[in-house]
Amino acid sequence: MGSPQPQADDGDDDVIRGMVRFLDDRTGSVPLVRKALRYVFPDHWSFLLGEVALYAFVVLVGSGIYLTLFFDPSTAMTVYHGPYAPLRGVEMSHAYKSVVDLSFNVKAGLLMRQTHHWAADVFVAAITLHLLRIFFTGAFRKPRDLTYYLGVTMLLFALLEGYLGYSLVDDLLSGMGLAIGYAVAMSFPIVGANVAELIWGGPFPGVPQFWSRMYVAHVFLLPILIGTLLALHLFLVAARHHTQFRERRTSEHRVRGTPMFPGYAPRSLGLMFGTASVLVLLGGLVQINPIWLWGPYHVAQGTNGAQPDWYLGWLIGALRLMPGFDVTIGNYTLIPNPFWGGALFPLIVFAILYAWPALERRVTGDRSFHNALDRPRDAPWRTSLGVALFTWIFLVFMAGASDRVFVLLGISYVAQIWTFRVAVWVVPVVAFFVTKRTCRALKDAERVRAEREQAEREAHAARAAG
Amino acid sequence: MSWTRRIVAAVAAYRWWKSRRRQERITPPSPPDRPAETLLIALLFAAAACAAGFVAVYALGSVPRRTQFLGLSLGLAFALLSAAMILVGKRLVAQEQLEEDYPKPREHEQEEQDVVQLVEEGGDRFTRKRLLVISAGAAGTALGAALIAPAASLGPFLDVDPFFATPWSRGRRLVDEAGKPMSATDIERDTFYTAYPEGADREQFGAPLVVVRLQPSALHLPSGRAGWAPAGILAYSKICTHAGCAIALYRKPTFPDLEPKPALVCPCHYSTFDPASGGSVLFGPAGRPLPQLPLYVDPAGHLRAAGNFSGPVGPSWWGVRNRKPTTGTTT
Repeated sequence: MGSPQPQADDGDDDVIRGMVRFLDDRTGSVPLVRKALRYVFPDHWSFLLGEVALYAFVVLVGSGIYLTLFFDPSTAMTVYHGPYAPLRGVEMSHAYKSVVDLSFNVKAGLLMRQTHHWAADVFVAAITLHLLRIFFTGAFRKPRDLTYYLGVTMLLFALLEGYLGYSLVDDLLSGMGLAIGYAVAMSFPIVGANVAELIWGGPFPGVPQFWSRMYVAHVFLLPILIGTLLALHLFLVAARHHTQFRERRTSEHRVRGTPMFPGYAPRSLGLMFGTASVLVLLGGLVQINPIWLWGPYHVAQGTNGAQPDWYLGWLIGALRLMPGFDVTIGNYTLIPNPFWGGALFPLIVFAILYAWPALERRVTGDRSFHNALDRPRDAPWRTSLGVALFTWIFLVFMAGASDRVFVLLGISYVAQIWTFRVAVWVVPVVAFFVTKRTCRALKDAERVRAEREQAEREAHAARAAG
Repeated sequence: MSWTRRIVAAVAAYRWWKSRRRQERITPPSPPDRPAETLLIALLFAAAACAAGFVAVYALGSVPRRTQFLGLSLGLAFALLSAAMILVGKRLVAQEQLEEDYPKPREHEQEEQDVVQLVEEGGDRFTRKRLLVISAGAAGTALGAALIAPAASLGPFLDVDPFFATPWSRGRRLVDEAGKPMSATDIERDTFYTAYPEGADREQFGAPLVVVRLQPSALHLPSGRAGWAPAGILAYSKICTHAGCAIALYRKPTFPDLEPKPALVCPCHYSTFDPASGGSVLFGPAGRPLPQLPLYVDPAGHLRAAGNFSGPVGPSWWGVRNRKPTTGTTT
C-alpha cells in the first residue's frame, strides 16, 4: 500500500464534489442522499429472502424483454420446417413455433428462456419463504401492516403472471393449463360462464384476440403492477425502517445494523449477482419445460403425468382431492366442482393472509407499534395456527403429486387420494397442538436456564461477599 | 472588543469549526487489507475473463452445447462478481454498526391536526352536504360505469347458446387424426381411439370423441340409449366434464379387486369414467357423466353419429344441466 497519495484523492474528490453539487443544484436532494447512504440495515440471514425475490424480479424483467423480441403471440396456424426433426411437418400456432425457434435457432435464446422460467420459479419461492418469515416473526404488525398487504398482493399477481407466462407458449401443457383455468372461471356460481365468455371472447379455446389479452397482461400490465407495488413496498420498508430481532433492551426503539454505504450496498450487490448467477447457471445447465417434447396443444390431446410449475401445485392438488359432485338446484348447477379447489381454496388462503393482521389485532387487543420481532415461540397461538395453515396448504400441494408417487413407487392413486382427503383435515390439527407444545417447552427451557443462571450469579455474589 | 471585531471573530471561529468538521471521518478508520484487495482484483479479472468467454462462445461459428457453455460462462461471471462484492462489503470497507431511532408513534400530531382542520375548513362553505354527497356519488358511479361498459365488447357475455353447440348431428361421419373415416371393424377392444367430426373444426370442446369397444353383454347403458353402441362400440366426448382436459388414458383393469372394469381417465385430475354405464363417474372430481354420442354403422361399414351428445360437453357451469346440446358451430 505505501503512503497515501493525497494528490490523486483530491482529484477524485473534486469529480465527486462536482457531481454532488450538480445534483443538489438541480434537485435539492443531497440531504436525502446523505440520509439514504447511512440508512441502517439490521443483519439477519432471513431478512435477505425478500431481496432474493427482488433480484429474481430484475432477472425476470431483463430476460423477459429479450424473449419479447422473438415471441409471436399469435394463434394463427403454420407448419414447422425447422431443424428439430420430430416436429417437422407438424401444424402448430405461430406462438408455439416462435418459442421452438427461439429455443433452437436463436443464439442464447434457450439460455434466456430457461433462465426466465427458473427465475419465475425462484421468484415465487423467495416470496413464499419471505412471507413465512414475515408471518412467523410478527413483522406484519403495526406499523408495517400496509407493507404486508402489498406483499401478499404481489404474491397473488406473481402467481397469475407465472400462469400466464407458461400459458402463452401454446404447447400441450399450456393448453391443458388454460383449459383448467377456463373450467375454474366457468365454475364461479351463476356468472362463471359469462365471465369466461368475456375473458376468452367465446367458448374455449376462445377468439384469437385472447392471445393478445394474455400477452399484454403478461408483458405489460402485470409487470407494471408488480413493479409499482414493489416500489411502494420498498418505500414503506424504508419509511418505517426494517424490523430486528430483540437483542438489546433498546431493540424496540432503536434500530441497529450496517449502514447502506459503505457496508451494506456491496453485500446486497453480491446477493444480486449471486441470484443472477444461480439463475443463469440453472438456465444454462438444467433443462426446464422442454416444450418441443410436449408438442403443440390441441383440444383433443392430453398427456399423463402433467404437472404445472411448482407454485400452482397446491391448486392442482385441491382440484384432484375434491370428491366428484356438482351442487345443483333443480336444473341449475350452483357450484360446479372445480370451484372448490380452483377458486374457493385459494380465495380462502388469501382471505386468511389478508385478514390476519387485523384479526390478530382484534383478538389480542394489541394495537401498539412493534419494531422488534417475535421469535416464533414468543407467540405460540400465531405460530401454531400458522403452522396448521401452512401444513394444510402443503398437504394439498403434496396431493397434487400423488400421480407421480404412483408412477415412481407404485402406491395406489386412489388409496393416496383417500389418505390425503383425511390427512388434510387431521394433520393440521395435530400440527397445531405439537407446535403449541413445542413453543411452550422452548419457553420453559429458557425460563429454567435463566433462573439457574440467576441463582448461580447470586451464589457467586454471596460467596464473593462472604 | 467592538461589535465588528466580535462578529469577525465569530465568523472565523465558525469557519474553523466547519473546516475541522469536514476533516473528521464519518466512518471509523481501519487499516488497508492488501491480501483482500489482491483477491478482489483477481476476482474482478476472473469475472471479466468469464464474461469475455461468454461473448466468445456466443460469437463462434459452431459450438457443441452452446447453451450450456453460455450459461456456464455468464453464470460464473456473475458468481465471481458476487464474491467480489461480498469481499468488498465484508473485508474492504469499514465494518460498523449504526444505531438510530425508529420513527415514533404520534410523531406528527400537529400536522395531523392541520390536515384535519384544512379539510374541514375547505368544505365549510358548503351548506347542503347530503345533496352534494348524493350528486357527487351519482357522477362517480355513472362515470365509472361509462368507463367500464366498453369491457363488455370483450366477449358475447350474455349469450350462452354457444356453450351448447357441437358440430355433431345425425349422419356425420367419425374420422381419425388423418381425416380417414373410421370403420366399425377397425375398432378393437382394450384400447381407445380419438375421433373427430368429418369436415368440422376440431379445436372446440364439442368436436373430439373417445371411441372404445366393449363386450355388448357388459354394457348397461341408461334407459333410452338402446342402440347407441352398435356392436359394443361406444363414443364419448373426449373433454372431461370436470376441468376441460382431454381424456387421454384408457385403464385396463390391472388390479381386478380395486379396478374391476375398464375406465376412461383424464390425466389432469384423474376423473375416472365408466364407458359401460354411459360415462358415469367412478372416481375423481368430475360432477357429471361423460356425454355419450349415439352411433350407427352405415352400409359402407363406417361409423356415423346418430344424433347429438346425451348432454352438453365440457366443464360444468350454471346452465349446463338446463338444455340438450344443439348442432351448430361454437364461434
